[in-house]
Amino acid sequence: MTATTATSTRFQQLIAEQQASLTPRRKIVNAVMLSLTGLMTLLALIPLFWIVGYVIYKGGQQLNLDFFTQLPRPLGMDGGGVLHAIQGTVVITLLAAVFATPPGVLAAFYAARFPNTPLGVALRFSTDVLSGVPSIVIGLFAYALIVKPMGHYSGLAGGIAMAILMLPTIIRTTEEMLKLVPHALREGSLALGAPEWKTSIIVLFPAALNGVITGFLLAIARAAGETAPLLFTALGNERYDIGTIVRNGVAQNQSFLQILERIVDQPVDSLPLTLWKYAQQPYPERVEQSWAVALVLMIFVLLINVLARLWVEARKRRLQG
Amino acid sequence: MWVVENGIEMTKQISIPPERHWFSRLQRITRHGDSPWQAIIIVMAVLVMVLMLAIGWMLWRESADARAAFGWGFLTPSLDTSWDPVNDKFEAWPFIYGTLLTALTAIVLAIPISLGVAIFMSELCPDWLRMPLNWLVELLAAIPSVVYGLWGIFVFLPLVVTPVGGALFETLGKVPMLNVLFTGPIPPSGASRLGAAFILTIMIIPTITAVTRDVLLSIPSSQREAALALGATQWETIWQVLLPYGLSGILGAVILGLGRALGETMAVTMVIGNSIEGSPSLLRPGYTMASVIANEFAEAVTKLHTQALIEIGLVLFFMTLLLNMVARLLVWRVARRTPQEARA
Amino acid sequence: MTIQTLEIESQTHSAGSDAKPLGAKMEVQNMSVFYGKFRALTDINMNIYANKITAIIGPSGCGKSTLLRSFNRMNDLTPSARVEGSILLDGRDITANREDVVDVRRRIGMVFQRPNPFPKNIYENVAYGPRLYGIRRKNDLDLIVEKSLKQAALWEEVKDKLHQSGLSLSGGQQQRLCIARALAVEPEVILMDEPASALDPISTLRIEELMHDIVKEYTILIVTHNMQQAARVSDFTAMMMIDEHRSGRMIEFGETKSIFTNPKDKRTEDYVTGRFG
Repeated sequence: MTATTATSTRFQQLIAEQQASLTPRRKIVNAVMLSLTGLMTLLALIPLFWIVGYVIYKGGQQLNLDFFTQLPRPLGMDGGGVLHAIQGTVVITLLAAVFATPPGVLAAFYAARFPNTPLGVALRFSTDVLSGVPSIVIGLFAYALIVKPMGHYSGLAGGIAMAILMLPTIIRTTEEMLKLVPHALREGSLALGAPEWKTSIIVLFPAALNGVITGFLLAIARAAGETAPLLFTALGNERYDIGTIVRNGVAQNQSFLQILERIVDQPVDSLPLTLWKYAQQPYPERVEQSWAVALVLMIFVLLINVLARLWVEARKRRLQG
Repeated sequence: MWVVENGIEMTKQISIPPERHWFSRLQRITRHGDSPWQAIIIVMAVLVMVLMLAIGWMLWRESADARAAFGWGFLTPSLDTSWDPVNDKFEAWPFIYGTLLTALTAIVLAIPISLGVAIFMSELCPDWLRMPLNWLVELLAAIPSVVYGLWGIFVFLPLVVTPVGGALFETLGKVPMLNVLFTGPIPPSGASRLGAAFILTIMIIPTITAVTRDVLLSIPSSQREAALALGATQWETIWQVLLPYGLSGILGAVILGLGRALGETMAVTMVIGNSIEGSPSLLRPGYTMASVIANEFAEAVTKLHTQALIEIGLVLFFMTLLLNMVARLLVWRVARRTPQEARA
Repeated sequence: MTIQTLEIESQTHSAGSDAKPLGAKMEVQNMSVFYGKFRALTDINMNIYANKITAIIGPSGCGKSTLLRSFNRMNDLTPSARVEGSILLDGRDITANREDVVDVRRRIGMVFQRPNPFPKNIYENVAYGPRLYGIRRKNDLDLIVEKSLKQAALWEEVKDKLHQSGLSLSGGQQQRLCIARALAVEPEVILMDEPASALDPISTLRIEELMHDIVKEYTILIVTHNMQQAARVSDFTAMMMIDEHRSGRMIEFGETKSIFTNPKDKRTEDYVTGRFG
């Protein structure tokens, strides 16, 4: 119909020729590679189901009430529980939360308020980098910082190590939640003459609270499963029992602070620490118990994770309308 | 400016009844409370950054004697190294080697799988499946390291690693050059560098997948449309357009995964066999930097032993610090580039 | 050229000033597009004539883009989208599922609202399509790249910097690069989705000029919300409007001249005279 140059016809012919032979191959490659990605997804999830299933199967057999309420029996005896480790986990995690939350939340306020200042960029950068520092290195740091000057292992040192570990998670989730607060809302408050800090607390706090809670939950989930930073800070203590400490303290008329000090200022155990020790012992009953510890630990961690995710999703939906 | 502000002050004072004066004064103080507030959050922000420096400085100080005693020889590769707490003679090369070998093997195995999962999640899977998949991958990351280790010792090593290791010994172990890495035999328990590498693969897949998925999702859909409209198949679009577009971000994801693999402690310590033998083979037991610290630190007796372990921690810190910085910069670059291009 | 199909003569529309008979390159027959249960387009009927520019106009949200994207089956990308009726390309129904999407998209190229060059260099951007179809020889590719860039009126500006990133160009240049990229696979029809809406007036003008130049060899279908543009560049115009079910309908189709000077439909008149939309 129209004048076309010789070259264009040549290429159309070329393309047409090639297409007949190439198209089937391209389609096959497409189909094969796309199904491969699906296959990879299945492959990646196999370990998850395998681990969760096996831990439930093995751990479920060991789980009973004693497990939660008794201290360990001497080696070679059946029964007994891991009460000491449960208490220790709670103590360490609480300490970590107390140390990590205030600075974490305030730093998140800064990151959300001044994201583009040099300090803001540097803060987010170092938060990201901090989250990549191996937990065992943080353990060494806490050892040098607390254990060595104090001269003994303690739950306090473990709590501080855990706090450093929790910090990035808390900062990041809180910051994300703060950013979700509509800009108009904060400007509205500022325009009404409310000072910056008041705006931060009254307008942003509800949002921040959500961030703190999710960040807190996720951080706890991570901390509760961590072992490496505790190896040479909290060390472990099979005789640890808060009930006994409190009873003795009350009997000796110790003050609240003295009792508190005895709770945090001595080596304590934690669930993952117990699991790590039990799994490597040559006593079958201890190994069996380690599966139960794994089950408790996993349920705890997964449950908190799911809770936090649900919470975040619900919040996001509400804030974004 | 000054006059105007003064004017505002004056109208305010006029409008407030005299008995409320104390209140207005308080209000004026709290209004200027902005500076303390900002000071607090700035201090906290600085604190977080100082923390990084403090970690480095502390480990540097606490390893001073070891650094002085062993110098660079502590870190350099050599064939006959010694780790001898009795005679206070320490060289860290076997641990560095074990760390690098297991982490790199894990990365090589994890890249194709993670890319596959990320592509499936961002490009292929139906909407209703995306959320559950996200969750499952996150749960994979949430399982505590010790639980991986426990499962590794009693299930994964005997059922998977031992047979796979045996097969590798039979096949690759006979190939010249490669056989250095595959001399065996693998111990019947399966405790080996190969086992550690496999466990690490499983553990870093969520990291690489999540970042890669975010990178892919951040690519404007106009790029996909451009390729598809030219007649590219979906795979060609992904492979020739999307992956190159997000390349630096994906590279960042991989480096992030490598950082995780280098520092992972508990699971590796439980499956790697913890032995200082001379063999460089993947199929033999070994040690990593993290696992030797985990195993020996609490029981270290001499000062130099403790310090040598801290120095290993210092090296590990620098390695992961470097990798994480590079990775974050790469990921940030993609994130920052995207809006500009979308604006066009 | 393969645009030789003259078997379907237009009955309802005259061929304009030159007496040559018009060939309908594409025919849309009773086509509806659904997104899930929502009917986005209802009973579209129109012809796209070879070597002519056809414009689709209408207020925003009336389904212009949806219509355009049905021509090269880009709607397939939306999982819930479904097409009823048919679109014929040279007499073959391209909406049929057995029809090869890849082939359809090679024969029907597309230029998007916003320039979307790949983050590769200029040469690679243009060579991407031909490479897909198996053209590997450097000589061939060089020729194609040069020809396409010339057709897109970009060659003179970039011939010395073919290895610079496509993203280093200005917005208007990027859009012409995208046009060159679409031309490189020698499509028969080119779909343009508001190709100038993101550009400044001068760049817009250049795009319109190049449309005039290339329509000798191609068939062009353009969506625009800019009435002046439709009046300036197109030979035929389709007017679309949303009906009471919020579904897009074509209320008038004809030669551009008659649509703008003597619209049959009151709503078209209101729209083109600026009283609506």
